Amino acid sequence: MKFLFDSNTWQEIFGSISKNKTRTIITVIGVLWGIFIYVALSGAAKGLDNGFDKAFKTVAMNSMFVWAQNTSMPYDGFKTGRPMQLKLGDVETLENRIPEIQFIAPRITQGGFGSEPVYTVRGQKSGSYTLNGDYPIYTKISTKKIFDGGRFINQEDMDQARKVIVIGERVQQELFKKEEDPVGAYIRVGNVYFQVIGVHKLAQGVSFDSDSAMFIPFSTYRKLYNSGDNVGYLCIAAYDDADVVQVEKDIKAILKSTHRVNPKDERAFGSFNLGERFGEIMGFADGLTFMSLVVGIATILAGVIGIGNILLISVKERTKELGVRRALGATPSEVRNQIILESVFLTLIAGVVGIILGAGLLSGLNAFTKDADFPYANPTVPIPYVLGALAIMVILGTLIGLIPAQRAVSIKPIDALREE
Amino acid sequence: MIEIKDLHKSYKMGSNSLHVLKGINFSVKEGELVAIMGSSGSGKSTLLNILGMLDELDEGSYTLDGVPIKNLNETKAAQYRNKFLGFVFQSFNLINYKSAMENVALPLYYQKVGRKERQEKALKYLEQVGLKEWATHLPNELSGGQKQRVAIARAMAAEPKVLLADEPTGALDSKTSYEVMDLIQKINDQGNTILLVTHEPDIADMCKRIVHLKDGVIIEDKKVEQVRASQYV
Repeated sequence: MKFLFDSNTWQEIFGSISKNKTRTIITVIGVLWGIFIYVALSGAAKGLDNGFDKAFKTVAMNSMFVWAQNTSMPYDGFKTGRPMQLKLGDVETLENRIPEIQFIAPRITQGGFGSEPVYTVRGQKSGSYTLNGDYPIYTKISTKKIFDGGRFINQEDMDQARKVIVIGERVQQELFKKEEDPVGAYIRVGNVYFQVIGVHKLAQGVSFDSDSAMFIPFSTYRKLYNSGDNVGYLCIAAYDDADVVQVEKDIKAILKSTHRVNPKDERAFGSFNLGERFGEIMGFADGLTFMSLVVGIATILAGVIGIGNILLISVKERTKELGVRRALGATPSEVRNQIILESVFLTLIAGVVGIILGAGLLSGLNAFTKDADFPYANPTVPIPYVLGALAIMVILGTLIGLIPAQRAVSIKPIDALREE
Repeated sequence: MIEIKDLHKSYKMGSNSLHVLKGINFSVKEGELVAIMGSSGSGKSTLLNILGMLDELDEGSYTLDGVPIKNLNETKAAQYRNKFLGFVFQSFNLINYKSAMENVALPLYYQKVGRKERQEKALKYLEQVGLKEWATHLPNELSGGQKQRVAIARAMAAEPKVLLADEPTGALDSKTSYEVMDLIQKINDQGNTILLVTHEPDIADMCKRIVHLKDGVIIEDKKVEQVRASQYV
């Protein structure tokens, strides 16, 4: 192994490689292309992955919505078509009985799902917007970015049923002048004046609420519309490791039993499981990552085999040179080492250049898609993957180099020199 | 320096074997300049290859500088070649992508001589063959005679006990042949032992001793009056 650290060895190998430029370039291109494809593909897959992550960043991944509909089966003396209504009591029941639930936020809405939006006035300006009665915990499920100086609804607002409101970006644009600070101002919602406490920014990517939505404390909403314990729908986030499909089933089963609905009735409660959809998308991204890994490795493999191939041909071409070297006193192991090291060295150079080119392409792609409306962000290849690919290449380069090296040694110097 | 006793060598060619050397007895003392002559097929190159440890003998014994050369593995043979022998070939056999100096330095590389020292020595030997100013040129930029002189410098760089030359003038015209022979004579004058294979009588006459080979046996072994090549240059 001493020869590995001898500068003379490397000078000799560098000389042999650098003075046979055409051969070197042709040899290198295969592996270079391989690692380039590998880096570009896995980086792009990672970029897509990151893009999805970014798009879903503002919402809890394992979240779902549950709302009430009409029954479709008679049960327990009730006839079919009975309208269902979620109550605040359901929230407590679900929280107590399903440990997988991390957050549950009941919400009541005016202006969404086909109902009349709420007429809102400020001075000479007016508009119609969706009004939500919310619990502070709602922000744990769907992050709300509030502009500086403002805040979301808090527990005190709830307890005192304050007439405070968080408005959307568009509401601000339509009701306020540009230079005006909406926080602290009063607007009339329906017939009641509310004080604006914050403006929420429209989230990029997936969001549950539009930029024209307004939020007031659930308790205030209740008083305003005299809605009692009624809940419009439930926003539920399960723990990250929970099986969202199962949680959804459990929730519906409990709701059915508390509301005395036939357990087989699929219509009584509606739901949308974001976690499930999200899982499908992430599965797609994972599949892409895996595929890019397989394709990349296969391309690297092809490249390394190419190196071995060309070295094998070059050994034939260099028979005489190797014969001369041996006549001058090169031992078989010195000749073998030289060929193997040439192989490894070429593989390494090709690998490093390929990685640099791949990284260049990725950063180009990144700059190109930065502002595009496309789920693609920060394409990177994890360093361990890159090092792993390099290690694989070096190992393969050594193994593949063994073939021409063995061939080089098997030719007797006398035969090598006799070839005229 | 070289002791050969009852040397036999045969090659297998399919089913029948070809008996090339049929009992050679032969010795060379230090400082000799020996020409091995013979027509093609007489076994002269085979003899030289065995002397050069590029080929193995079948029977008999070979002692080089007191060291018995027998049953060497490739590694050992390579080390002995590096230590004892310098080769000059008919077709020069320079490595075409290395400069003259790098070619000369190559045997020193395999002697594990450091880079600086290698270059110094290589330059010294190139100077001896009169090609110092061609040190950085590649072989294809040199004439045949120059190439052979580089090859001789390379053979000498390792400071071998014996210089083996296989038809060193075979690919050269007479004028350059004489230049090369002049160089070989000068090296011999410094006390180096040289064996060269040739089939040209005028080249053989420039040596101090001629060994005539025919059909695998020595038919003549005589000392001759050396003709100096310098008078033709």
